[in-house]
Amino acid sequence: MHRTGAISFALMRLLSAMPTLFSVIVVAFLMVHAAPGGPFDDERRLPPEIEHNIAASYHLDEPLPAQFWRYFSGLLSGDLGPSYRYPDYRVAELIGDALPLSMRLGAVAMLLALVLGVSGGTAAALHRDRLTDRLLTGVAMSGISVPVFVIAPLLALLFAVHLGWLPASWTGGSGLSRYVLPVIALALPQIAYVLRLTRASMLEVLGSDFIRTARAQGLCRASIVRHHALKPAMLPLVSYLGPAIAGILTGSVVIEQIFGIPGLGQLFVRGALNRDYTLVLGIVIVFATLVILLNLLVDLLYGWLDPRIRRQ
Amino acid sequence: MNAVRSSVLRQARRGGAPSGAILLLLALVAIIAPFASPYSFHATDFDARLVAPALGSQHYFGTDDLGRDLFVRTMMGVRITLLVALVASLVSLVIGVVYGTVAGFLGGRVDALMMRVVDALYALPFIFFVILLMVTFERSLLLMFVAIGAINWLDMARIVRGQTLALKEREYVEAARLIGVPTRRIILRHITPNLLGVVVVYLTLAVPQAILIESFLSFLGLGVQEPRTSLGALVNGGVAHMEQAPWVLLIPAGMLALILLAFNFLGDGLRDALDPRAARR
Repeated sequence: MHRTGAISFALMRLLSAMPTLFSVIVVAFLMVHAAPGGPFDDERRLPPEIEHNIAASYHLDEPLPAQFWRYFSGLLSGDLGPSYRYPDYRVAELIGDALPLSMRLGAVAMLLALVLGVSGGTAAALHRDRLTDRLLTGVAMSGISVPVFVIAPLLALLFAVHLGWLPASWTGGSGLSRYVLPVIALALPQIAYVLRLTRASMLEVLGSDFIRTARAQGLCRASIVRHHALKPAMLPLVSYLGPAIAGILTGSVVIEQIFGIPGLGQLFVRGALNRDYTLVLGIVIVFATLVILLNLLVDLLYGWLDPRIRRQ
Repeated sequence: MNAVRSSVLRQARRGGAPSGAILLLLALVAIIAPFASPYSFHATDFDARLVAPALGSQHYFGTDDLGRDLFVRTMMGVRITLLVALVASLVSLVIGVVYGTVAGFLGGRVDALMMRVVDALYALPFIFFVILLMVTFERSLLLMFVAIGAINWLDMARIVRGQTLALKEREYVEAARLIGVPTRRIILRHITPNLLGVVVVYLTLAVPQAILIESFLSFLGLGVQEPRTSLGALVNGGVAHMEQAPWVLLIPAGMLALILLAFNFLGDGLRDALDPRAARR
């Protein structure tokens, strides 16, 4: 009974994600195709026959539903169409080359954010209103307020240009050292959010009855935190994982631009500036799919951790 | 309402008031100062490229790589950034308040459905759709207002809906309904005015969000277009020259950080004042 409940819960969530994903694809497709002017409008006018041939070879002369159907059935088989600006490449190839690096950066940044954010938040809660707390919450406030694209160049200026400890760009270094600055810059805002969340929920948990009982039994503070408070205090954090994923994805666009990392974010910005419509469309769909699927995973994780959710 | 007002004042004396003062002052300087400078924000001077800031010179903040005066450009950037943020936040305010009030007031199935839509939208990486918009259409300030406003209303809708749900159970609303006041009038005369406090607080928190999105777009080169500039675009320009001329990066970056911090402190202070439960956490 219990198991079938969990499985049907998972299936239902998966099904409810499908219409969202489909509407994302439709809306993104329509936005690109409603654009005034075609992707091949250059300063130099081409003869009409050539223009017509180009449009025909990219199927731009077909009616919109037919174009969508072509695109959508391509999507289902993992084909995102040709790139408008790099004629020799398929969009899927370009994305496939860039995705692993971005995923690696994002995953490490996420891990760092969770570890540092949770320990910082716990420390702040335990030293409530004292110097440690003030310092940590102050830093967290700046981490939330100051955007990634301000923090990242400042880090590069300090650690790469002035101190010379780390490479300022991807091509300027080798090995693990070139991961350090981008990962830190990517993780900082998320560290700040996780820290504030953990602090708030830890304070709430520490004020609850079962913690008082544990304290009354004479348990030491470290063991109370580790064995009793940490797990319930983590629960609100799980629901923040979804926004955190989206935040890291957005941040990666800027970070890859600043440090010159050949990942998906840089490909996206380059495509956007070159008006490579199919490339941008493909990456938006990949990003949206990633976010929706990861959110789904987080939902399932939450349901698994907190059975009250499943029963609703 | 009186208790609210006095607690606002109490809070204002802590972090909120200095932040508000800084913002007002900055806005005033940004509007007036460019007239006082002998330089214009777009005139290039190739004999004075990357001049360092100095008190004695007329270039208070130095110049950028094209010899344009950085003081005037930074002030123009502050203007545009604040303008986009304010207008975009107003757009999100209108959408959020209308959506939230309707959902909260109608309640039941309609409410459930409308909030499911908001939940679904929360899961989407909207910023990429804004980028898609900026790529495919003519980049203009108007498009930025609408695009940023259109993705920033979700929080507002949630807050307003919650507040409306609570308000419509009040006796005076029930009394109004009993004596036959039409629904539209109840919403306009009895519900909306009482939403004001909450809305103002979340507006101050929506503004830094809008600033972030605007400067993010401008940083990527997809937002405000040359020769006009915004703080995000200035930071982007500064990154390219940070090794020879760090001030080109540091000044606009510091200004952006200052504005964002001030708005966040202001919003946090106001929220704590209106919602004492949030303050205690």
